[in-house]
Amino acid sequence: MISIRNVSHRIGQSQILRDVSADIPDAGITALIGPNGAGKSTLLNLVARLLTLQTGRIEIDGQDIARTSSRDLALKLAIVAQQLGVASRLRVRDLVGFGRWPHHRGRPGPEDEATVAEAIASFDLGALQHRFLDELSGGQQQRAFVAMGFAQGTDWLLLDEPLNNLDMFHARALMARVHALSRPEAPRPRRVVMVVHEINYAAAWADHIIALKDGAVAACGAPTEVLTNPVLSALFGMEIRVEELHGRPLILHHI
Amino acid sequence: MPERRLMLLAALLTAASAFFLFWGLKGPVGFILELRATKLAALLVVGVALGTSTVVFQTITGNRILTPAIMGFDALFLLMQTVLVFLLGGIGYATLPGGAKFLLETLVMMGAAMLLFALLMGRGRQDMHRMLLVGVIFGVLFRSLTAFLQRIIDPSEFAVVQGAMFASFGAVDPLQLAIAGAVTVLALAVLWRIAGELDVVALGRNAAIGLGLPFDRLVLGLLALVAALVSVSTALVGPITFLGLLVAALAHGIMRTHRHAFLLPAAGMLAALVLVAGQSLFERVLRMQSTLSVIVEFLGGLFFLYLVLRGRIR
Amino acid sequence: MRLSYLLTATALLVLSLLSVLVGAADFRLQDVTADPDALRLLLTSRLPRTFAALLTGASMAVAGVIMQLLVRNRFVEPGTTGTTEAAMLGLLCVTLLAPGAPILLKMIASAMAALVGMAGFLLLLRRLPPAQPLLVPLVGLIYSGIIGAGATFIAYQADLLQYLGVWMSGEFSGVLAGRYELLWLAGALALVAYVAADQFTIAGLGRATSVSLGLNHAQIVVLGLVTVSLVTALVVVTVGMVPFVGLVVPNIVARTMGDNLRASLPVVAGLGGGLVLAADLFGRVIRYPYEVPAGTVFGVMGAAVFLWLLLGRPARA
Repeated sequence: MISIRNVSHRIGQSQILRDVSADIPDAGITALIGPNGAGKSTLLNLVARLLTLQTGRIEIDGQDIARTSSRDLALKLAIVAQQLGVASRLRVRDLVGFGRWPHHRGRPGPEDEATVAEAIASFDLGALQHRFLDELSGGQQQRAFVAMGFAQGTDWLLLDEPLNNLDMFHARALMARVHALSRPEAPRPRRVVMVVHEINYAAAWADHIIALKDGAVAACGAPTEVLTNPVLSALFGMEIRVEELHGRPLILHHI
Repeated sequence: MPERRLMLLAALLTAASAFFLFWGLKGPVGFILELRATKLAALLVVGVALGTSTVVFQTITGNRILTPAIMGFDALFLLMQTVLVFLLGGIGYATLPGGAKFLLETLVMMGAAMLLFALLMGRGRQDMHRMLLVGVIFGVLFRSLTAFLQRIIDPSEFAVVQGAMFASFGAVDPLQLAIAGAVTVLALAVLWRIAGELDVVALGRNAAIGLGLPFDRLVLGLLALVAALVSVSTALVGPITFLGLLVAALAHGIMRTHRHAFLLPAAGMLAALVLVAGQSLFERVLRMQSTLSVIVEFLGGLFFLYLVLRGRIR
Repeated sequence: MRLSYLLTATALLVLSLLSVLVGAADFRLQDVTADPDALRLLLTSRLPRTFAALLTGASMAVAGVIMQLLVRNRFVEPGTTGTTEAAMLGLLCVTLLAPGAPILLKMIASAMAALVGMAGFLLLLRRLPPAQPLLVPLVGLIYSGIIGAGATFIAYQADLLQYLGVWMSGEFSGVLAGRYELLWLAGALALVAYVAADQFTIAGLGRATSVSLGLNHAQIVVLGLVTVSLVTALVVVTVGMVPFVGLVVPNIVARTMGDNLRASLPVVAGLGGGLVLAADLFGRVIRYPYEVPAGTVFGVMGAAVFLWLLLGRPARA
């Protein structure tokens, strides 16, 4: 479980998060949703120690992230941040291979090779594995980075808007893949936390939802509890119709 | 009120010029006055050329931290001198007719600027930063070639070229000055006519085309004008890099308007003012001879850093 | 990969042999065993000169690739981002304040100045919009122009302009045994960089990825800063700057081998050393028996290659 207690965060003059407390449960996919500027990415980056905690406390499975070394945390959680203009010229296989770096620190063993091969197969990168990263499309780069995070072999996998740049085919494939990896019956179930922009992906695939607005938690719980007309209408400041499809909410926000 | 500020600038410039001409006048008055008037005219021409060309260049590139001087025009100028010495020898170089040489230099530099631009536009890339970088690297290439040729030519002839390496307002040829003045006035007249178009160019390529401006053609012409102005000033007194940057930023800051009808004269007068006042200070008060350009470069550079650090780079 | 290593090694051997044979004085390799003068020429002049060129090229190329990964931009190197100019400024100041200082002290002062100059550039970068990669080298060139103007100003006042000229254009004709050995230190730094190759590669993927992999990103940046500024200072102090080595060489290597330093760094170093040695050789023969500095030759070659890189790349580079 990731427990977030009384976390506030300022950048310059603006208060991004105000006294946020939330628990991220120990199973499946947790989605962070909310309007632009709500503080979703900031919260995710704080949990991933990409930003330094200003006030409050964050624990991952009982370990205080402020007191745990970055190296140890790298064995506990992996974050795939938003990629802004990849400048590096690495082959996809090398990139995914660097996901194993926290384990081997420069001397890869056979089990590292096996994990990398599994990650490449798992995210359908076989055909691209010898291509250079800077020659791929944005969506292909995104998939390579997610595969790298997966290869890191951590219990927790944090994804910051992983569906950016992906067309609908690859977006659904990625969600299905991540979903399968997070099921209890998977060989080694991962716990996934992701910031999602398109709310229907959260509705279809997430097990738990945390809704943020103006830097505070507006609602949290199962999709059927959070993704309702009153909650969403208040969250986004507009009337939003919610239907049901196969027992899951379907949000008709675009019409 | 921009008009009032322009008047104020003009008054200041007149006062500085008068000070430059008449302060500490002793001995053969007529001779000294003629000498000083030539020098003053050179300072004014160079200042106006650099100030206006920088504003135009920044408008074209949509960027306030660039000056045409970084595009390697000065390096091309030095390369031309070196090549001439290399081909003609020191004596042949010294006996070249001044006016024709000057015109030739100006034309070659304009041609180079247009060629550079056409090269990149022709490839279907309206990528301003790439063009600038290519210009800068051409400058480095020219400088290296100059150094290379200087190593190959005779050391005694090398001294001839070295004289042109630093900006100097000391000795200006009256004929060159007359041509430079004419080119500058001509360029200014054109700029004045299209000041309104420049305001639109400042909005960027997409907006300008959307508003019906033949952007690419206009920019090509403007770059030629900028090249003419820069080469005039470089050919006259040698390379000056950061002065334009300094006065363009000052002009924007003082005039607080986007209208080039005000910005261009302001920048021109400011540059002339800096040069005339600076030269007066150095020559008459501090009695130092040729360090003005070095000081201006240094201060201009510091000012650039200040601009970037303040985050005013748009 | 094997092939690249083999090619690099062969080219280096051939160039080194040529470098030992070519020079103003008469020299034949078979005389070495019989003629003590020939042996002395070999040991005090030809070999040191060859080593100096190789070490300079290799360490500058490595410094360039480190800088490109840290800045995450292909178009930078110490010479286009103010690091070289800052090193010169530091050297100038220590020459003014303590003319008799030992060369090691001068080198350290120069390295400190280079460090400050490069850190200043990194701070400047934070102000630039990330989406405009070509603005980075532009600002770097202007920044180095300013520091250069400051150095010129001081040198002008102190009548030391000719020193700047010496530091600015790398020249190996003055290299003799006993006067270039600091460069081995630069070579050692390149080796240190190879040990940390993975870390630099990861740093090139950005701070977020580095932190996610449990890497101390700040530590790597500092290691890179120190390496680059020490190499720059060492080269400036001993033989003078060779422009564009750090820019051109990593770009050429990355085209075929990519940025995985563990694999590519030996080739980067080898190609850097080989090209600088080739430039030096060219300078030796072009106007025999006079010499053109390797820095000047490389300035022309490097600028031409840089232009080709700029014009030959797709727009999104």
